[in-house]
Amino acid sequence: MREEAGSDQVRRTLRRLAHEIIEQSGDLGNLALVGIRTRGVTLAERLSHIIENLEGIRPPVGVLDVTLYRDDLDRAGGARTRLKKTDLPFSCAGQDIVLVDDVLFTGRTVRAALSALVNFGRPGRVLLAVAVDRGGRELPVRADFIGRNLDVLPDEEVQVLLEERDGRDAIIVRESPDFAKKHIPKDIAPHSSALEDFS
Amino acid sequence: MKPEPLQGKDLLSIRDLSPGEILFLLDMTDSFREVNERDIKKVPSLRGKTVVNLFFEPSTRTRTSFEIAGKRLSADVINVTASASSAKKGETLRDTARNIEAMATDVVVVRHSASGAPAYLARDLCCGVVNAGDGCHEHPTQALLDLYTIREHKKEFEGLRVSIVGDIARSRVARSNIIALRKLGAEVMVCGPATMLPAEAGSLGVRVTTRLEEAIEWADVLMALRIQLERGTGTAFPSEREYAATYGINRKRLLGAKKDMLIMHPGPINRGVEMSPDVADGPFSVILEQVEYGVACRMGILYLLAGQRGEGGGGLAGDPPGKSRVRVAEAEDAVAH
Repeated sequence: MREEAGSDQVRRTLRRLAHEIIEQSGDLGNLALVGIRTRGVTLAERLSHIIENLEGIRPPVGVLDVTLYRDDLDRAGGARTRLKKTDLPFSCAGQDIVLVDDVLFTGRTVRAALSALVNFGRPGRVLLAVAVDRGGRELPVRADFIGRNLDVLPDEEVQVLLEERDGRDAIIVRESPDFAKKHIPKDIAPHSSALEDFS
Repeated sequence: MKPEPLQGKDLLSIRDLSPGEILFLLDMTDSFREVNERDIKKVPSLRGKTVVNLFFEPSTRTRTSFEIAGKRLSADVINVTASASSAKKGETLRDTARNIEAMATDVVVVRHSASGAPAYLARDLCCGVVNAGDGCHEHPTQALLDLYTIREHKKEFEGLRVSIVGDIARSRVARSNIIALRKLGAEVMVCGPATMLPAEAGSLGVRVTTRLEEAIEWADVLMALRIQLERGTGTAFPSEREYAATYGINRKRLLGAKKDMLIMHPGPINRGVEMSPDVADGPFSVILEQVEYGVACRMGILYLLAGQRGEGGGGLAGDPPGKSRVRVAEAEDAVAH
């Protein structure tokens, strides 16, 4: 296991992301953050708090569970994952929305999140903020706000640890054969980078 | 007691479930409720899956509930009723079900007048089987939605007192509820004329009374059952009028009840027999909530059972979890020989 960022670095990274979001959004009053469960939600709350400190406006934070929109229900254990509630305390219609997730990998989670989001109204604009972009995309997805780009091997797992959930802030990378096994489908060659996220 | 994922490929009875599995299904219900509150009440998770409702007994609520549940998950839902099926032409239950499975069905929801019919089919089929009521045996999804409704109002099951009034001996709803409530630590009292009380009350761990007043005063939750004339209940008492006079729940009888008692009924109600209209529509009643939560409960079950088939779908599942492995092993044996 190696640590790519400690708590100070994570804090500064989030502050920069908040600044970028403020800069990019025309009207802060029309901005909402939507966190993808589970760590995306914590990150969205952090970002909302930082934006409030900087600009005096606190963007509302929604919670999105994309389980029902995933394309891998048939993978072993897919249906056994625990479903949690989606909770968007605002209408998406016309809103500027920043989707927030911890790690951007294949892009499938973001694809699912976009499908879910449009069921709650037609957003004005949707942007994507992630703490880590680890590459390995399987879909044409890119992030608008990136905390950190990491170049990692397929069998390495990137984790964003957050104080509220894990007791400390950090970005860590660790070798995880289980992770590779879980995420590389059997019919795809072992050297493929076809790995999924771990929310 | 902690929630734990469902183990089997089927949902046949509450007796088969661990307390953790029951809690898991209640949590799933909670999550799916949110989908039913949206403007667009549909999610794509079971797109391309097929659910067949195989109903050999009349049903409006349960069949509609499963149908809506499947459709809100984007599954294709097909209803087969006994009167319009080849069962009329003499086809056996097993053949009907195997034919339905051969059309690459993912889940079969079965209601049958014979106790054990869904379990019999589940042994024979690779797809998931849900028991939607079998004879006098069990009605697990009804118990799950009842428990969910109770939990919404009472939070905890430990020490909760639930009275069930009616034809306990012949009621699959009562049996499933008693087993589920006991597993989660609630106390249960059953009430009805002696001809309607089960001989095995002792082994079910329930209190028994023939006095409705006692059942009402004792209870945090009062569950009335439908008088089922089609199931031979008619022989258990002289007339509906006499039953209503002795065991009908009306406003006057509720005077001794706890102020926050819940009144439940699995439907359809015989108004004026087991329950008077002012009680069914009154402030204690959560009867329509039961129906509402029933859809979310069944969405959870269909989601879990339809999502477990191996990649590729159709035919024998690749490596389905739980019980169906036995079936796969048998099939491999057959090939080996």
